[in-house]
Amino acid sequence: MPQHTFILNGAPVTVDVEDDVRLLWVLRDVLGVTGPKYGCGLGVCQACTSHINGKAFNPCSVPVSAVQPTDQVTTIEGLPATVGKDLHPMQEAWLEYDVAQCGYCQPGQIMAAVAKVQQARAAGRELGDADFDEIRNICRCGTYVRIREAIAAGAKNF
Amino acid sequence: MEAQDPAPQPAGTDTGRGLGRRRFLGYVVAAPTLLVAAQVEQTALASTPAAAAVPSLPEPADLLDLTTLLTTAALPTSGLISIQLNADGTATFALPRAEVGQGITTSTAMLIAEELDIPLAQVRITLADARPELLFNQLTGASNTTVSTYTPVRIAAAIARQRLLAAAAARFGVPVSTLTTAAGVVSAPNGQHADYGSLAAAAASQSTIQVAVALKQRADFKVIGTAQQRIDALDIVTGRKQFAMDLAIPGALPTMVCRPPTVNGTPRSVQNLAAVQAMPGVTDVVTIATGVAVRAKTFGQCIDAVRALQVTWGPGTEDGSSDETVLQELKAAELPFAVPPVNLLAHTIDTTFTFAFASNTALEPNCAIADVRPGRAEVWGSLKSPIVAQAAIAAKLGLLPSAVTVHVTQGGGSFGRKLFFDAALEAAEISQLMGKPVKLMWHRTDEFRQGRTHPMSISRVRAVHALGQVLSFEQRHTSVATDFSHGLGEVLTALVAKLPVGDTAFSETIFGLSQQTPYNFGLTTQLLSEVDKGFNTGSMRGIYSPNVRCAQELMVDQLAAALGADPYQFRRQSLKDTRAVAVLDQVAQLGSWGRTMAPGTAQGIALHPEYHSVAAVLVEIDCTAQTTGRQIPDAYTGPRVTKVVCAVDAGLAVNPLGLQAQMMGGIMDGIALALSSGLHLSNGVFQEGSWDNYFYTRQWNTPPELQIVVMPPSGDTPGGAGELAVGAAMAAVACAYARATGTMPTSFPINHAAPLAFDPLPTSPPIPQSPVDGLTRAY
Repeated sequence: MPQHTFILNGAPVTVDVEDDVRLLWVLRDVLGVTGPKYGCGLGVCQACTSHINGKAFNPCSVPVSAVQPTDQVTTIEGLPATVGKDLHPMQEAWLEYDVAQCGYCQPGQIMAAVAKVQQARAAGRELGDADFDEIRNICRCGTYVRIREAIAAGAKNF
Repeated sequence: MEAQDPAPQPAGTDTGRGLGRRRFLGYVVAAPTLLVAAQVEQTALASTPAAAAVPSLPEPADLLDLTTLLTTAALPTSGLISIQLNADGTATFALPRAEVGQGITTSTAMLIAEELDIPLAQVRITLADARPELLFNQLTGASNTTVSTYTPVRIAAAIARQRLLAAAAARFGVPVSTLTTAAGVVSAPNGQHADYGSLAAAAASQSTIQVAVALKQRADFKVIGTAQQRIDALDIVTGRKQFAMDLAIPGALPTMVCRPPTVNGTPRSVQNLAAVQAMPGVTDVVTIATGVAVRAKTFGQCIDAVRALQVTWGPGTEDGSSDETVLQELKAAELPFAVPPVNLLAHTIDTTFTFAFASNTALEPNCAIADVRPGRAEVWGSLKSPIVAQAAIAAKLGLLPSAVTVHVTQGGGSFGRKLFFDAALEAAEISQLMGKPVKLMWHRTDEFRQGRTHPMSISRVRAVHALGQVLSFEQRHTSVATDFSHGLGEVLTALVAKLPVGDTAFSETIFGLSQQTPYNFGLTTQLLSEVDKGFNTGSMRGIYSPNVRCAQELMVDQLAAALGADPYQFRRQSLKDTRAVAVLDQVAQLGSWGRTMAPGTAQGIALHPEYHSVAAVLVEIDCTAQTTGRQIPDAYTGPRVTKVVCAVDAGLAVNPLGLQAQMMGGIMDGIALALSSGLHLSNGVFQEGSWDNYFYTRQWNTPPELQIVVMPPSGDTPGGAGELAVGAAMAAVACAYARATGTMPTSFPINHAAPLAFDPLPTSPPIPQSPVDGLTRAY
């Protein structure tokens, strides 16, 4: 059985699993990290959104063999560790605006939001309506408006 | 439910809770710590309210007189819901309902915090296992949870507070009447105090006794009616909230089912069983009623195995059916109107509206964990009718219901889907056949193609008007049959619903009880006719209302135009209910109804009353080519709702913040149903197989402006809210679209007749492989 090593939420992990198993299942079924959710397995719903080297990605669409030993994979469980606090400012904004309903898509929404803010910053601008319209994460409870409000508020604090 | 709070009474000595006030009966249950209980949805009134008054005496008389002692042996305690007060000062309550995002754990915690005088953070709400002894009282549906549990939960909490006061009085040696409670602490005027945790054991009872208690008056509420954030919000934003698939049940490996290429097809034989069993990670392959199940080390390997299976399939229940054939069936089954179309003195408007199949799939797909062993079974899942699920699973496995434990887990959305326990039943069957625990999950593509749908329907409305008056308003709703086999949550009702005649009667009953015409339009009639039971159907955030009310409100706009009236004023003058007028006025005012709009844009206004609540919605829509032509990859853009103003009167809103969330979700559903969300049936297959095919509202469809106003309380009891906004929003969007484009839409969603905006996924293999290019799309 092939071995795969990468850095998960700040600590190196090694797993024995076939090369083509998508990273989402390595996280959830092998490592027991359940923050990233399954919503389609097609890179469409974005419920599994996590970060790789600081960028948002869908682990359902990446074979574990494509992840390198030096790659930093961050799930919702590891998000606050990036700023050394209990909660990331985006998570705090989520609480302040009481964004979640069922909560199933919310880890992915928060990870996407953080990356979207950083992406806009890297391009030298603040987030606008056009950026919100690029967020593909589905919320079947329909709490999209609070998501927009929380992203705008959270962006001011990191 | 009856009204709880009578007219205000003079305050008495019962620590501010009014001697002469109506008292309710509940129980202190024999337990080592304080355990109090009430009968859910059957609010017993104390027969002798005055006699139960608490005299200002020191203990032990306080304890004795506090309670209206009745017999302990014959109490119907099995049907009780109970609150436990723990030594650490927390109160715990197992709610016999399903939390699927609607916020009932939070609102229930608020009820307990209110009556118990305890901080909200010290209330712990879990979800109760299936409890057949609760009979009708474990169904989550029809926006009914808060309506039905509002009083019983408060009774139990109030009894707990009463017992704690008595225990403190005994400990302090002072009369109960001198004590006060706040934030989980009992205090005496002389400075003595004790926290609830330290009194929990002393307040307990060695035998089960019935007691009477008064509830707080609305004017004294400190928690109910205030905006509170979800009690599970921190768990959600940190990824700690656990849904069924997140549970670590020993030995329960990922399991998926290879499903047929047409709706409800059946497996006949598997050609390559040995080869699939030998695939990496695969542990078991078995044929079940609905397909071929595979169990593997990871879900990824389940997907590989499902795709590799070569199965010969038998026919399904709808092979050859398409949107067009179902529409013909519906038209043939339409019931006649009472009023004939031709009248020499009157004008008739007669329009038929068509509503496509729609998917009620949640983001958490159908899933369940099952561990079936000889003689017993244990099942975990988000189930809104767990008692019926328990009975059905027991029957399937050949066990007694008492041998089947059904745990209700936190649910990732429902919208009607989790009234059905399809996944739990499959998981149990698979676990029994494999002899191993299984963690069963449906693939997203199966959700759209083989999952529950909201049935296709047509709604014909005929209105007759003369001399500026509406003389009659009739509606004939004809629908593919809605599956109500979950009954009312109770086993016997479910069995009745399965009978051919009983099922029809059930549907007619539900239709008659839930649908209404909120206007004074002379003779009004509404009838339902159902056809075709070959589809897997169910409710979808509303049973009939969104479609029924959308058709009605479009006709109201037509009538207003025919009578030369403003749509808002016409509604206002025609409404029966003053609460409806109030919410309509609110949105008209806040949304500046009638303001000048640019070409291709327009306002729409509508309302919807249901479950003792009413909501009004005003929208503005942009149908200009610039907007409808927006290009977003793999998306449907179309007209955009640019602004929504909603006003809601839900009687007494327990948690206005949660109520606003429910309205927001309902509005997004209404936008989707009007503009973009539908299923295309072709040759027995629903064409949609992905969230990029089924166009539920996405960020690019979300209105940039949204305002939701919760009206001041209009009563002493809460009304329903979960489904309320959908009908009003769908109708308002449809009315706005008609005005912006100059063409009234008669087929929904409005993009349904256009060429498919996606390439349908293959039906064989039944599910697509996951992509491998995720890193190239990182941002």
